[in-house]
Amino acid sequence: MSDPRAMRRRDAFLALIFARWREIYREPEVVTWSIVFPVVLSIALSIAFRNRPAETATVAVVAALENERITRILRNTPGIEVRVVEDAVAAAHALRMGMAAVVVVKDADGVVYRLDPTRPEALLARSRVDDALQRSAGREDPLPTREESVSEAGARYIDFLIPGIIGMNIMGGGMWGVGYHLVDMRIKRLLKRLMATPLRRGDFMLAQMIVRVVFVFAEVGFILTFARLLFGVPVRGSIIAIMFVSGLGGLCFAGLGVLTASRAMTIEKATGLMNVTQMPMFVGSGIFFSAERFPAVIQPFIQALPLTALNDALRSVILEGSGLISQAHEIALLASWGLVSFVLGLRYFRWD
Amino acid sequence: MAIKTQGDEPGRGSDDAVRFGRRVDSSDNRVRMTEAVVVIELRKNYGAVEAVRGVTFEIARGECFGLLGPNGAGKTTTIEILEGLLHPTSGQARVLGRRWGADDDEIRERLGVCLQQTVLSPKLEVHETVELFRSFYRAGRAPADMIAEVGLTEKAHARVGALSGGQRQRLAVACALIGDPELLFLDEPTTGLDPQSRRQVWDIVNEFKSRGRTALLTTHYMDEAERLCDRVAVIDHGRIIAQGSPDELIHSLGGDHVVEISVGDNGSSRLDAGRLTDLPAVRAVHQEVGVWSLAVTEPHVAIPALLDHLRDDSHELLRLTTRHASLEDVFVALTGRHLRDE
Ligand SMILES: Nc1ncnc2c1ncn2[C@@H]1O[C@H](COP(=O)(O)OP(=O)(O)O)[C@@H](O)[C@H]1O
Ligand SMILES: [Mg+2]
Repeated sequence: MSDPRAMRRRDAFLALIFARWREIYREPEVVTWSIVFPVVLSIALSIAFRNRPAETATVAVVAALENERITRILRNTPGIEVRVVEDAVAAAHALRMGMAAVVVVKDADGVVYRLDPTRPEALLARSRVDDALQRSAGREDPLPTREESVSEAGARYIDFLIPGIIGMNIMGGGMWGVGYHLVDMRIKRLLKRLMATPLRRGDFMLAQMIVRVVFVFAEVGFILTFARLLFGVPVRGSIIAIMFVSGLGGLCFAGLGVLTASRAMTIEKATGLMNVTQMPMFVGSGIFFSAERFPAVIQPFIQALPLTALNDALRSVILEGSGLISQAHEIALLASWGLVSFVLGLRYFRWD
Repeated sequence: MAIKTQGDEPGRGSDDAVRFGRRVDSSDNRVRMTEAVVVIELRKNYGAVEAVRGVTFEIARGECFGLLGPNGAGKTTTIEILEGLLHPTSGQARVLGRRWGADDDEIRERLGVCLQQTVLSPKLEVHETVELFRSFYRAGRAPADMIAEVGLTEKAHARVGALSGGQRQRLAVACALIGDPELLFLDEPTTGLDPQSRRQVWDIVNEFKSRGRTALLTTHYMDEAERLCDRVAVIDHGRIIAQGSPDELIHSLGGDHVVEISVGDNGSSRLDAGRLTDLPAVRAVHQEVGVWSLAVTEPHVAIPALLDHLRDDSHELLRLTTRHASLEDVFVALTGRHLRDE
């Protein structure tokens, strides 16, 4: 670069990058939101949703002569707790109040299980009670089976959660770190001040984007290291693939940040717009639970959201060690969202 | 009131157009080189609001020109059009011989801009801020020298957020000067500052002027305009209502001195403006909330005559002050209002 103009542009570009970087790391809130918050959140959620051994199933039996054999068998079965109640009314009450998952009644034709099939613990209890009663009545299982209990790293809730939290942070960082920052600069008339210098608009925006991506790298590296040391979350994919997906996600949401920031003249408007943009993804894009849980009719919408693509790609790359080629669909979706919102945002951007 | 006005009189208006027309359309480079700014019939509407309503002026190289007017007069709108930050609704603006829209990059290299209010990033240090602005320009001053010139050397490593209002404003001026501009725009550079900070900013501007550079500043402080500006355009409701050097404008009042009196009630008659105007050396009379202001050419002639007049009519003299006339008096004479309405 011997051309003085090109050199000046490069100097200005680097100076902008360093200035923005300094602003970010001198802002205590940035560290709080991008580092402390995800760590605390994942610790809290990993405690709340820790993998517990299957709970005991509570079964209500009416105190009656014909039920004595059943009561005895169930009392001797591990994993079942028997609650003997006075009469059918008390049994129904226990069921309603959740004090028992199943009511077991013997009648002339055999045994009746009374339960609410929409409650998962009711189905579990019924199957355990049924097994115990059938075996004691002499059932022989024709196919021998046995159980091996596994709690494999990579299949636990915390493993599912960490890539989701990384995706959430990349979304929030792009919206706030770029979008909010631009609106703040507009309100303080700093944008206008910069436009009164020979600085080029494109160079300014590009510098914002680059700083954002570098910050994403640091953030993702930190969260993954932490998750691995504290929870043993496996990092199976290549660092390059993980950083490529993260960086692309960072650019995509920085683009959305530019778009949401393009017109707003007040912090309130900008904040409202950013929340409205993020909310569907926060709920639907599989941060805390799988996006597959939503009904099929809204799946096309959910699958089209950039955060769904980012979370899916991050999970595949981090947990399953997938390569980038297998994530081509997600990558294309992220790139399109980023490009379209960046171009539109810049097209309508208010510089004064 | 014999004040040179502009635009109001059809004769003078067309006269100006001819004069500017020759200069602008001329291919004579010498003429172009002398004008740093040429503004012709500039208008800017915001919807139904006519912020600037046909403003015409020019600024010679090496001149410090002031736009003096109250809040809402259209000063910021005018200066931001000249800075290339706003598009005029109609009219022409030429800056350093070039037009916005064609040579923007070239113009920006040679302009220094200080907006009315800019909050520079509070997390950056003073020297980092100046260095950042330096990086935008091809050529310019050394950041450390610039910081020294605005008296912030001791604060060079302080965060911008920790500076006082006056220090921030000096930093903003440093950022405007860092590209070593030929033309400096300052929009209300000392509004809201304490007297000492104002004087520091004035010193910086005077230093810039002394190097033969051109400046355009807006202000609603008449003392600022009088101290810094070679020429002043008085602007009100989007129009220039008078233009000239501060001395010329004050002379145009008819008297360089102002004698102000207030009198008690004599029970029968009141002071009469016509009779006061007839006193020797009195050129104009203006009354406001019980205070009579007399524009006077020779106070030593006017005051004895005035005192005789008061004694003859047995008015009790409560107060008599005399001072040199200011641009404030010019504005009051032209509009009947004060520059600052607090
Ligand atoms: N963006 C805008 N939209 C609507 N009206 C505006 C805008 N900017 C300025 N104005 C109006 O234009 C007039 C001139 O404003 P301005 O140039 O800021 O005056 P000054 O700088 O002399 O105080 C004012 O009446 C102001 O309310
Ligand atoms: Mg203003």
